[in-house]
Amino acid sequence: MSSDGRYAPELLDRRLTPYLFIAPFFVVFALFGVFPTLYTSWVSLHDWQLINGDQGFVGLANYAQVLADPKFYNALANTVSIFLIGAIPQTILALGIALLLDRPLRMATAWRAGIVLPNVVSVAAVALVFAQLYGRDYGVVNWVLGLVGIDPVSWQAHTWSSHLAVASMVAWRWTGYNALIYLAAMQAVPAELYEAAAVDGASRWRSFWSVTLPGIRPTLLFTVVASTINGLQLFTEPQLFGNTNVGGNDRQFQTVTMYLYEKGFTGLDAGYAAAISWVMSMICVLFALVNVLIARRLIRKA
Amino acid sequence: MTIRTSPSSLVRGRRPRPLVYGALIAVVAGSVFPMYWSFVVSTQDNSAIGSATPVLLPGGHLLENIDRVFTTVDFWLAMQNSLIVATTVSVSNVFLASLAGFAFAKLRFPGRNGLFLFVMATVMIPAQLGIIPLYLVVDRLGWYGRLEAVIVPGLVSAFSVFWMRQAAHESIPDDLVDAARLDGAPIARIYWHVALPALRPHAAVLAMLTFMASWNDYFWPLVVLDPNEAPTVQVALSRLASGYFTDYTLMLTAATIAVIPVILLFLLLSRYIIRGFVKGVPHGRDSAALPDPVPVGRGDVVVPDRGRGGGARRVHLGHVLRR
Repeated sequence: MSSDGRYAPELLDRRLTPYLFIAPFFVVFALFGVFPTLYTSWVSLHDWQLINGDQGFVGLANYAQVLADPKFYNALANTVSIFLIGAIPQTILALGIALLLDRPLRMATAWRAGIVLPNVVSVAAVALVFAQLYGRDYGVVNWVLGLVGIDPVSWQAHTWSSHLAVASMVAWRWTGYNALIYLAAMQAVPAELYEAAAVDGASRWRSFWSVTLPGIRPTLLFTVVASTINGLQLFTEPQLFGNTNVGGNDRQFQTVTMYLYEKGFTGLDAGYAAAISWVMSMICVLFALVNVLIARRLIRKA
Repeated sequence: MTIRTSPSSLVRGRRPRPLVYGALIAVVAGSVFPMYWSFVVSTQDNSAIGSATPVLLPGGHLLENIDRVFTTVDFWLAMQNSLIVATTVSVSNVFLASLAGFAFAKLRFPGRNGLFLFVMATVMIPAQLGIIPLYLVVDRLGWYGRLEAVIVPGLVSAFSVFWMRQAAHESIPDDLVDAARLDGAPIARIYWHVALPALRPHAAVLAMLTFMASWNDYFWPLVVLDPNEAPTVQVALSRLASGYFTDYTLMLTAATIAVIPVILLFLLLSRYIIRGFVKGVPHGRDSAALPDPVPVGRGDVVVPDRGRGGGARRVHLGHVLRR
């Protein structure tokens, strides 16, 4: 018996078993998560071909090339543009829907289900559907525009229109999901705060600004970070929106991840693609931070 | 007798006006329309697609279109592959994440908090940062073009571990675990007889979430599977979409087939899936879980019931431990 009155095997169980329980996760994670992430840096410092492997150390040459690559900047500008066009209306709309849902509705689960449905269906399938909806000749969108006298738009052909179309797919997918997350947060705001606001004679609008928004601040900030990181990695929607694989004839809707895919898996230049993924990740983090700062400014603390 | 108000009803308990329902109907119509449209197109022949005004009602060509999909690409094989991948990935995620989640939530061991923070931090790392080396690893293992390439890296994710820790936190009673430990039960037995039964409903939800995510995954399968050999459904879809001539009917029939399993799963289990979504979000405070909607009678005030943890069935201690 050991000092605390337990038998040795039992002590071993206490000490060891927790680590055995978390071990499978950490093994998978180390091999397919941590290692590739770190190895990206190593690959990015080499002339590395996807099939033929390492062709020698080149220092920061890949990075220098990326930072001087007009196609990279084009992809970056497209990505940010699509993100901004989608994210802002999406957040406002999601807040509005959450407010609609935050009341005693009949068939509440059915409404919630209907609203979150876009988030569960496959992005690839949806991208194909939208590609058809935005078709120049027989697309539903142009047909609707035609009803109000607007000439058909060739959605894939221009920068602005393709960005708008892709952003609408992203917003379609995430608005309902965000609304649901905001709803959960809203329902956790203590009722006393609303009572106090009502006693003070605050209007509904006023109590939304000074009670609801501050109350769901952590959740809002979370969705800002998540949608920034997801938004800047956008791939499936734009990739399937046109059939050129590079985001249109003039790369007018090629995103950074699409460019990474083109360089790494079509062009087989792994070193260059690895450098792109590092630069992109840094930009993601910076951009998420900036967005959080802006959002924090906009929403006062509780 | 009905008690009319608590003051909070001034704000949130207000009886919804028809306008609110109108707005909700518009939103739901918008979110359902693309899927409906996809279905409608899949029942038309190509001439209907080219008509001047869109046809908004289903036609009679569904079976014929399905037949065309299955003869153009091997969609059966793709469906089978997707099913194998999604099932394996979801079962393994549930099992491995429940082990880790239980350990992180209910066991005390040196390094626990540090390790968990590490898991949390990695959830936010852009997934595509490691994509090139991940390909190199998988290729070195000889898995290019094989289902292992899609299955093994997805066996357990940081998200699942995070999720299961939340679930374990909410649903496994501390006193039960402590009592079992005092009685000297091995941890594996506590996991099997106390933790797992309490986690079962949560496990079902996580299984569905991972199944759907895996079924819908596109980028990674596109990278590591050979689109001409044995792809998953999503990759097969993209094959139908590429080519000089875009055959929309064919494309959207395939899209409809690809979304049906997930939509069915969702319709059956939406209540749980919705709650599962919410649990996946780290909140500023604990347990802001979405409460079940309360059916509304006349004049009631609905105050959401917070902190609905502890939904686990009680287990008889003596029975569990002295076996």
